[in-house]
Amino acid sequence: MKNLIRVFIAICFLFSIMAVPAVAGNVVKLEKGEPVHLAYWFVTSGPNTSLGMDSLRGAEIAIEDFGGKLKGHPIKLDGQDSMCGPEGGQAAASKIASDPSVIAAIGSSCSSAAKAGVPILWKMGIPNVSPSNTAPLLTDPASGPDFDGYLRTCHNDNIQGAIAAEFAYSQLGLKKAATIHDGSVYAESLQQVFSDTFVKLGGTITSQEAVSPGDTDMRPVLTKIASGGPQFLYYPMFIAESGHVTRQSKEVSGLENIALMSADGSFSPDFLKAAGKAAEGMYHSSPDFSALGDSYTKFLAKHKAKYGMDPEAPFHAHTYDAVMLILNAIDKVAVVSGDTLTIDRMALNKAMHETKGQKGLTGDLTCDENGDCANPKIAIYKTSMADIKAGKMSPKPFWKKY
Amino acid sequence: MFQKWKDRVTVTDIVMWMIGGTMLLLCLWGSVSTIRAGLYTSSHWIDFCIFGLAQGSIYALIATGYTMVYGVLKMINFAHGEVFMSGPFTGYFVAMAFWRSDFLDTHPVLGIIVIFGVAMFVSTMIAYFLEKIAYRPLRSAPRLIPLITAIGASFFLQYLFRGLYGSGINAYPDIEILEGFWMIFGIRVLKIQVIVIIAAVLLMLVLYNFIMLTKVGKAIRAVSEDKEAAALMGINVDAMISTTFVIGGMAAGAAGVLYALMFKQVHFFMGFIPGIKAFTAAVLGGIGNIPGAMLGGVFLGLIESVAPALFLDGLGIIAPYQLKDAIAFSMLVMVLIFRPTGILGERLSAKKA
Repeated sequence: MKNLIRVFIAICFLFSIMAVPAVAGNVVKLEKGEPVHLAYWFVTSGPNTSLGMDSLRGAEIAIEDFGGKLKGHPIKLDGQDSMCGPEGGQAAASKIASDPSVIAAIGSSCSSAAKAGVPILWKMGIPNVSPSNTAPLLTDPASGPDFDGYLRTCHNDNIQGAIAAEFAYSQLGLKKAATIHDGSVYAESLQQVFSDTFVKLGGTITSQEAVSPGDTDMRPVLTKIASGGPQFLYYPMFIAESGHVTRQSKEVSGLENIALMSADGSFSPDFLKAAGKAAEGMYHSSPDFSALGDSYTKFLAKHKAKYGMDPEAPFHAHTYDAVMLILNAIDKVAVVSGDTLTIDRMALNKAMHETKGQKGLTGDLTCDENGDCANPKIAIYKTSMADIKAGKMSPKPFWKKY
Repeated sequence: MFQKWKDRVTVTDIVMWMIGGTMLLLCLWGSVSTIRAGLYTSSHWIDFCIFGLAQGSIYALIATGYTMVYGVLKMINFAHGEVFMSGPFTGYFVAMAFWRSDFLDTHPVLGIIVIFGVAMFVSTMIAYFLEKIAYRPLRSAPRLIPLITAIGASFFLQYLFRGLYGSGINAYPDIEILEGFWMIFGIRVLKIQVIVIIAAVLLMLVLYNFIMLTKVGKAIRAVSEDKEAAALMGINVDAMISTTFVIGGMAAGAAGVLYALMFKQVHFFMGFIPGIKAFTAAVLGGIGNIPGAMLGGVFLGLIESVAPALFLDGLGIIAPYQLKDAIAFSMLVMVLIFRPTGILGERLSAKKA
């Protein structure tokens, strides 16, 4: 009986080895018919679902456009929910890292998830391209070798925060600003860049406040902000918290009529649901889609045909470009011998970092050695009552620098 | 005399007193320097207090559910946050249907009453069946088992509602009569907060009088004191426990709609944080004690709203509102160290002895 169990376990073990592509060192070998496995880790639940689902749709269209096959091997995309926070990022990255068939990862949606998850992926030699992490530290050389396998196709917030500050100071002519962040890597670094630039331009920051993710009662913190008498309030947080701040700022005396601004993390129709009428007249910084060419218009038509809806968040095109970046690089480094395809993930990472002038939906992608690939065009959008009634973010930029 | 004192006091006691004393001094020092810095005018302080009262009265309503269940079953119903979520989440769909058909504009009061009714009904049903299905079969099991079951039930309900209603963001429509301000004694107060505070106080009065004055309330109190004796006196213990859950569910459902009218957003995870806070409030006030839970809730809401500005600003801590949860929970630790039964908690052992 005991022997029988041993034999059974041995057989199970054998099968489990056969079912998974062979990995030696950092090289993945695919036999005939085995898929090229990409894993995403977007946010697919909770208040920021629209951010992750929007990216997922972009990725699916990219794989379709690539032809669904790479050197005769089908492309497989599956993934985990990284939930827009460090815990979710860690869990999702660990699950992906434990699967030896994964060749490259796409994600995460939120910078705090990436900060926790990217080192886990890279420890297993899985390179990662993010379509929407904008926090500067992820591609900062000072962050160390944990982030060597990390690239992104979206802008770095060093750019977005500076543009927001210039808009407030030079364009709106406001000299006193306050900021709120939620302690997330994204919001905290973005408001810091904004504050630094705003002060450099000659403005005053009356206070830099913080709340916790999941907080609902913003009135006390807004009252504290009101005591400093700012003319401009910058709160680059995610949808739920930005929605609460927007609504409740109208109810706090001293803040009823000040200019409000958030950033790309809440640039979604869901934000209009969360904020309601109070969103009228507020500003957002987000990638400028009106500046994109024909290929983007075609993408939109495909999106509408496939999903019956327009994109919901600003990062579908960046995800499309991220997937293309990965697939082109795999195409470059994959070695065919007979029926097997050999992919060295180290070489793949190197090839992705050396990408130059790849034509993408968001412009020409040229990656630097830190992993920043974007050619960012950031514009400022203003929400009107008509946008709120239609339940869509304004498609036309209100202001842009270039 | 000194010898006696020395025998009674342990090193742990002295360390605890020192921690408590330091906290108290820090709070005092922070408050004095904040007030001397003159950052806030008196109208700011009044605003802080009103915001805190509104939030606190919602905590208080939820906390009564925790405390009553603890009273009769001696268990913490960790799924109570989900009972709180289920009502307003269902009410959202009613509210949206009314809003689309302009019913909310033409008959706002009737509309709001219907929303309350639906939400309270759903929360009550969830609480009732929760007890019947998840807790009753385990009544004679060791105390840890229903506790773990409650956590499991909490996850089950969260993901049930996620599956039923989706995981995206939803927000209650703006209801015209609830918007804007009232001037009360020259103070500008949000209408919705006045309504929330009054509604919560009324509900708590009804609830308290129901428990103290009616026959059923008396029976519930008897069950919470001694189940066997109550059964011997001809009280249907099972029915009384069910009634407790029903009352708790109704209070939670009403609190949920008040919460949703004040903050608008509803989603499947919305019960978690208010649930934890209300549990804290119940412990703060003395678990098992209904006026204690109410007091604890209001106290917690006030602390969360006032304390970051009052205590931490003066100490030069930046972004104090990020620490509001830390303050609330430190307050809980302090109360538990110096008065383990909570603010209004009765010394049960002394009373029963």
